Amino acid sequence: MSPRRTLDAVWDFVVGDDWRLALAAVAAIGLTAVACALGLAGWWLAPPVALAALFWTLRDPT
Amino acid sequence: MSGAEVSLALSVFLACAVEAVEAFTIVLAVGTTRHWSAALGGTGAAALVLAVLVAVLGPALTVLPLGVLRVVVGGLLLTFGLQWLRKAILRAAGAKAKHDEEAIFAHERAEAAAAPAAPGFDGYAFAISFKAVLLEGLEVAFIVLTFGANQHDVGLAAAAAALAVLAVVGGGLALRAPLARVPENGMKFAVGVMLTSFGIFWGAEGAGADWPGGEAALAPLVAVVLLAALAMVADIRSRWRPA
Repeated sequence: MSPRRTLDAVWDFVVGDDWRLALAAVAAIGLTAVACALGLAGWWLAPPVALAALFWTLRDPT
Repeated sequence: MSGAEVSLALSVFLACAVEAVEAFTIVLAVGTTRHWSAALGGTGAAALVLAVLVAVLGPALTVLPLGVLRVVVGGLLLTFGLQWLRKAILRAAGAKAKHDEEAIFAHERAEAAAAPAAPGFDGYAFAISFKAVLLEGLEVAFIVLTFGANQHDVGLAAAAAALAVLAVVGGGLALRAPLARVPENGMKFAVGVMLTSFGIFWGAEGAGADWPGGEAALAPLVAVVLLAALAMVADIRSRWRPA
């Protein structure tokens, strides 16, 4: 398998059909990390970020 | 067994059962249309690859620092969970076709019958079965590894996965038909909720957050994700009409 095809397969496996959801996962955990680094309680941040992103990707249900 | 361990076992069992049903349909179609020996050979070879993957990567993952493991695993589980949940929401709302094992079985049988046959070993049956089991199994292997490593119990996760495969294969062999009555779409919805919840929980923990009540926060988190997903189903149903 060529490196290009391997990369494509890894991308498909990890990111899946909708890259926005992968980005949302990174943002949810990243924002939590920033909040915690600033000394804030960051536990509440990830759920709304992830669920809002899910809702956003479902605005056009096709 | 703690609540987290029960959730882990249940999530792995459901995820594995869903993927096993899909792989079983393809192997059954190829086996009944072509040659069982080649179809089972492909299935066995793929199962061996998956078992080696879990056996090699499982112990390797458990030596990673817990914080790093939880950020990486939480992020990946959250990505997987959101993808599963998105498709499950669309199916539940009627905006995406539901998975139909009987239709897939008929399609695979037609393709298998149309493929050229060569004397001797049936490479087609082997390759299709191998690919189906490997592709459906990879995600399950990942779930077994990540859930197991995070809870320091790869054995429990692997046992739940093995039990699911045995249940599906046993049921399928008894019926000698695709398992069309398994509530696959509902199970996918449940798995999506669980993966998303565990992904949020572990990802946030790895990022440095302390959940109020520790692991006890998982139950309300699962409830929040489930209610939000059901609300999204209702929202799509209310505003979406098929073209």
